[in-house]
Amino acid sequence: MTIDVIGALQAEFGELEFEARSLMRYADGRDSGQLWVRVPAERLLDVMKFLRHDGRCKFEQLSDLGGIDYLNFPDADDRFAVTYNLLSHTYNHRLWVKVFVNDPEPAIPSVTGIWRGAEWLEREVYDMFGIRFTGHPDLRRILLPQNFVDHPLRKDYPLRGKGEREDFERVTREMA
Amino acid sequence: MGVSYELKPTTLTREEGSEERWVLNFGPQHPATHTTLRLLMEVEGERIVSCTPDIGFLHSGFEKLGEHLDYNQYVVVTDRMNYVSPIANNVAFHGAVEKLFGLEVTPRCKAIRTICAELARIQDHLVCIACTGLDLGGLTAFLYGFNARETIYDLFEQLCGARFTTSYTRVGGLAQDAPAGWFERVVKYVREEVPPAIKDVETLLLRNRIFLERVKGIGVVSHDDAISWSLTGPMARGSGVRRDVRKDEPYLCYADNWDGEGAPAVEFKVPVARGGDILSRFLVRIEEVHQACRIIEQVVEMMPAGPINVLPEERATLPNKREIYFSIEGLIHHFERIMTNRGFEPPVGEAYFANETPNGELGFHLVSDGGRCAYRVRCRPPSFINYQVFPHLIVGHQISDVPAVLNSVNIIAAELDR
Repeated sequence: MTIDVIGALQAEFGELEFEARSLMRYADGRDSGQLWVRVPAERLLDVMKFLRHDGRCKFEQLSDLGGIDYLNFPDADDRFAVTYNLLSHTYNHRLWVKVFVNDPEPAIPSVTGIWRGAEWLEREVYDMFGIRFTGHPDLRRILLPQNFVDHPLRKDYPLRGKGEREDFERVTREMA
Repeated sequence: MGVSYELKPTTLTREEGSEERWVLNFGPQHPATHTTLRLLMEVEGERIVSCTPDIGFLHSGFEKLGEHLDYNQYVVVTDRMNYVSPIANNVAFHGAVEKLFGLEVTPRCKAIRTICAELARIQDHLVCIACTGLDLGGLTAFLYGFNARETIYDLFEQLCGARFTTSYTRVGGLAQDAPAGWFERVVKYVREEVPPAIKDVETLLLRNRIFLERVKGIGVVSHDDAISWSLTGPMARGSGVRRDVRKDEPYLCYADNWDGEGAPAVEFKVPVARGGDILSRFLVRIEEVHQACRIIEQVVEMMPAGPINVLPEERATLPNKREIYFSIEGLIHHFERIMTNRGFEPPVGEAYFANETPNGELGFHLVSDGGRCAYRVRCRPPSFINYQVFPHLIVGHQISDVPAVLNSVNIIAAELDR
């Protein structure tokens, strides 16, 4: 079923190259059966709209959206990836779409216009990785305080933080 | 959403330029939120005009920790995500790890994990069903539900030594086999304790006119909205979305031929309600408890014998203590797995695995660069994703509906903030 999706994508967007790759290929040649495709950030919205609405794809739900920082990853060309886990209720299949972005000021278009559920997920990626989503209605930090500076899930951010805990403003009885 | 975010933690402030609109600060410490979360609500009298959730008070960097703990150590962190049903998180995480490693766990391990996942469902739903009463002022229903839940803690204590933070699964298996007589106690529990408790709660609430009027038509999500907002679990099924990871992408004993010898998948039904309101979600949860009991009875009946861990040649599990203490191979094997300069050797790649936990699809997306710890642990938290829709559910309702709707979304703030 998923092969059809790739075929449909290729037929619709002839100028792009879609290569269906498996998320995992084991040493003995098997694969996990979970496919992903790479989409350039400029065409993300067109491709996502197609995947959402076309009769052969029908990915009605954005199951998950997450960032990956490839800073120390062996043989990685790009700094960040944003992974979209798309789920089709009609055909009961999944497809992972990856968009790669780079420093400085990584930004990709927001898919909140296609799936409303992307709203908080994109905010979380912005919060944790500093990737901006252009066109997002309310792109604020979501889990960390608004005055936080760094993006902690980046690989160059230390596990124990940079001492922010000590610098937090202490709420006193007089302030409240 | 016109609420300013820079509010001082006072209780009530008047909106500028408006005579009737006030901003009400709810939480972060408030008994009706159950845990720690904050809502800023613009109210006109008792009616809510807009609502802005402020979350992150319990953020503890669980995803970052996953990059520094190895595949066995991280299970302890997953316990702390949804602590109302911790063992379901263990099953989800190690399911993802095994998918990453390309391991197939043994039939007995699958069966025990299935029982654990269903016990977790009963555990979580009992507290949610009972709290539906509590949040509307019916304390008695809460006590009946919680009483029955206590036995599950006893069962988990017998199984893995901990009542609350179970950490029961391991890569390629389980921490230990179930003790003698455990399955009989589980069956006795699901036969004799759960149905009466559910019946008590049902009789107390579902014939109560005050209760019904406060849950019918409150917090409605439509079918299409539920899909568009990425909702899963009882939130989606309460709105008529017929989707359950156990049926649609079967794993463990929910899949056919799970023991490799042609055993059929466990039989159960996926309850769906069409109302989309609090009552629908309440009814879906009640029926899911009954189905969970049914699954447990079937699995115990089919319980295969055999090992709980994959073979040592897979280089994934720790050998048992007897081998470690009495054979040199066992000792070497043990050190190879736990020493920080050795450890696991997963293939390079990614894997996603989702478990249908009580609140919805809990998925783990693992990225491995071949090292002993994961390169990235992305958790798909059902609470976080389901909670997004909350501000849209509550607009137009009264302040007193907030706890009821909050309960029916059933968010666990530790999972919400991770």
